[in-house]
Amino acid sequence: MREGMAVLASAKSDVHVEAGPQSPAMVVALPRKKMRVRRKPGLVGDVAASVLPPVIVILLTLVVWQLLCGDPASLFPGPLSIWEQSRELIVDPFFNRGGVDKGLFWHVSTSLSRVALGFGLAAIAGVLLGVWIGANRWAMRALDPIFQVLRTVPPLAWLPISLALFREAQPSALFVIFITSIWPVIINTAVGIRNLPQDYLNVGRVLRLSPIEMFFKIMAPAAAPYIFTGLRIGIGMSWLAIVASEMLLGGVGIGFFIWDQYNASRISDIVVALIWVGLVGYALDHFVALMGRLASHGTAAS
Amino acid sequence: MSSYLSIENMSVSFQRGGVISDVLRDISLSIGQGEYVSIIGHSGCGKSTLLNVVAGLVEPVSGGVILDRKEVAGPGPERAVVFQNHSLLPWLSCYDNVRLAVDKVFASTKTRAERHDWVMHNLQLVQMTHASSRRPGEVSGGMKQRIGIARALAMEPKVLLLDEPFGALDALTRASLQDAVAEIHARVGCTVMMITHDVDEAVFLSDRIVMMTNGPSATVGEVLTIDMPRPRARLAMIEDPRFNQYRQKVLEFLYSRHAMRAA
Repeated sequence: MREGMAVLASAKSDVHVEAGPQSPAMVVALPRKKMRVRRKPGLVGDVAASVLPPVIVILLTLVVWQLLCGDPASLFPGPLSIWEQSRELIVDPFFNRGGVDKGLFWHVSTSLSRVALGFGLAAIAGVLLGVWIGANRWAMRALDPIFQVLRTVPPLAWLPISLALFREAQPSALFVIFITSIWPVIINTAVGIRNLPQDYLNVGRVLRLSPIEMFFKIMAPAAAPYIFTGLRIGIGMSWLAIVASEMLLGGVGIGFFIWDQYNASRISDIVVALIWVGLVGYALDHFVALMGRLASHGTAAS
Repeated sequence: MSSYLSIENMSVSFQRGGVISDVLRDISLSIGQGEYVSIIGHSGCGKSTLLNVVAGLVEPVSGGVILDRKEVAGPGPERAVVFQNHSLLPWLSCYDNVRLAVDKVFASTKTRAERHDWVMHNLQLVQMTHASSRRPGEVSGGMKQRIGIARALAMEPKVLLLDEPFGALDALTRASLQDAVAEIHARVGCTVMMITHDVDEAVFLSDRIVMMTNGPSATVGEVLTIDMPRPRARLAMIEDPRFNQYRQKVLEFLYSRHAMRAA
């Protein structure tokens, strides 16, 4: 309250300087000024409030971890020994000595390209199937139970079937990504299409939109929040699937890298790789969420 | 008056879970070109269903609708609807909501520049040019409904169908929108069919009021011609004894002869 009073006073003195003493209409502008001035220190405070707690917790974790695992005989390396043992891996993600002896950037980007392809196909097929199922009551009734069962199958359970079908590592990995990430896309798209407000469809009907216009101008934008929720779950699952399937399939890729380092007993490299996996997964999730926010801008509010 | 829009012996029933319920029974009504007709009745009497049949959104079981000597089959822009809850597409700006309709209806008859001008003209009719770049979520309820009216007008419909267009608005906003609609009706001379449950609104705006009996199997109870000169000024109307007589007739129909069973 005192802060507000101070702002009022300062605003008033501004008015005096600019417009002279006789301007009673300026009173209207005061509440707005008050809000703006109040927000400014809040912004810096907001950033500090959201950044400081995780930073503090991370530092604390590192300290406790070091205390617990600092002993050279410890089975698990502490942060300092990870820094010593895996310095090259942490500092230079871009080295490339041929074969699988590459920096983490190359492993991650290989895995990401597999995700891009497998998940891209899943997204396209999932949205198309979801639209069809959402618009067709009988397709929904017939297929929904099957999808609900299939979507719970863990990624690695698909791998043997995939290998039997494709016989090679690369297409098998893509298939595992595709088959694990397509279900949430289909299901969410179908729900989004089924929950389309009848009013929007009526607008389209009164305008006599063709089915294609109806899809692109009414159905797709209206269902965008649902579709992107599905895509977001899907891309998270495809990242789970790729890391797991690469462990078994070998070659270049972050999943195989982790397995390879385990076989070489380099636990510290695994820890570094895990941090990469986590950060990339986080980035993927936020990327799709951002796309969704851009694509469905304004759809939520009405 | 010669019939422009006519509803002939129309009945509607819905089937739900094997139970058939009759909503409207044997409705006949004819509306002249440029006429403003309100349909009034208690909630649940099927007023909106009647409008949806004219719009082509609901199929009648028997009978039909003839507009300008052609039988109505399915929805179309020549019977533009202003929906009860505005139904603007929230991801489009107010301008683009109207533009979508204009682009579709005048795709082959107007150039791009003409379509733009036509959108702006209609936004101006409802005094909304200032908000054309805003999204529906960023404007008030009354403004949304104005945009909805602009969108419907922009289709250059043969008949404008208003489905309780002011029902969700506060009393003051409602009055100013009623004035806007009255003025547009006078300027454009469009044929209007409006669903309402507001007696004052019906008397203020209409040439005729169609009073519906209660559902199920609702039908036309009585038709009242409002013989008052236009333009009608809101304040002058209230003092006019004819206004009160018409009001009383409608109220009497609704509350004594066709009172709702305990709601």
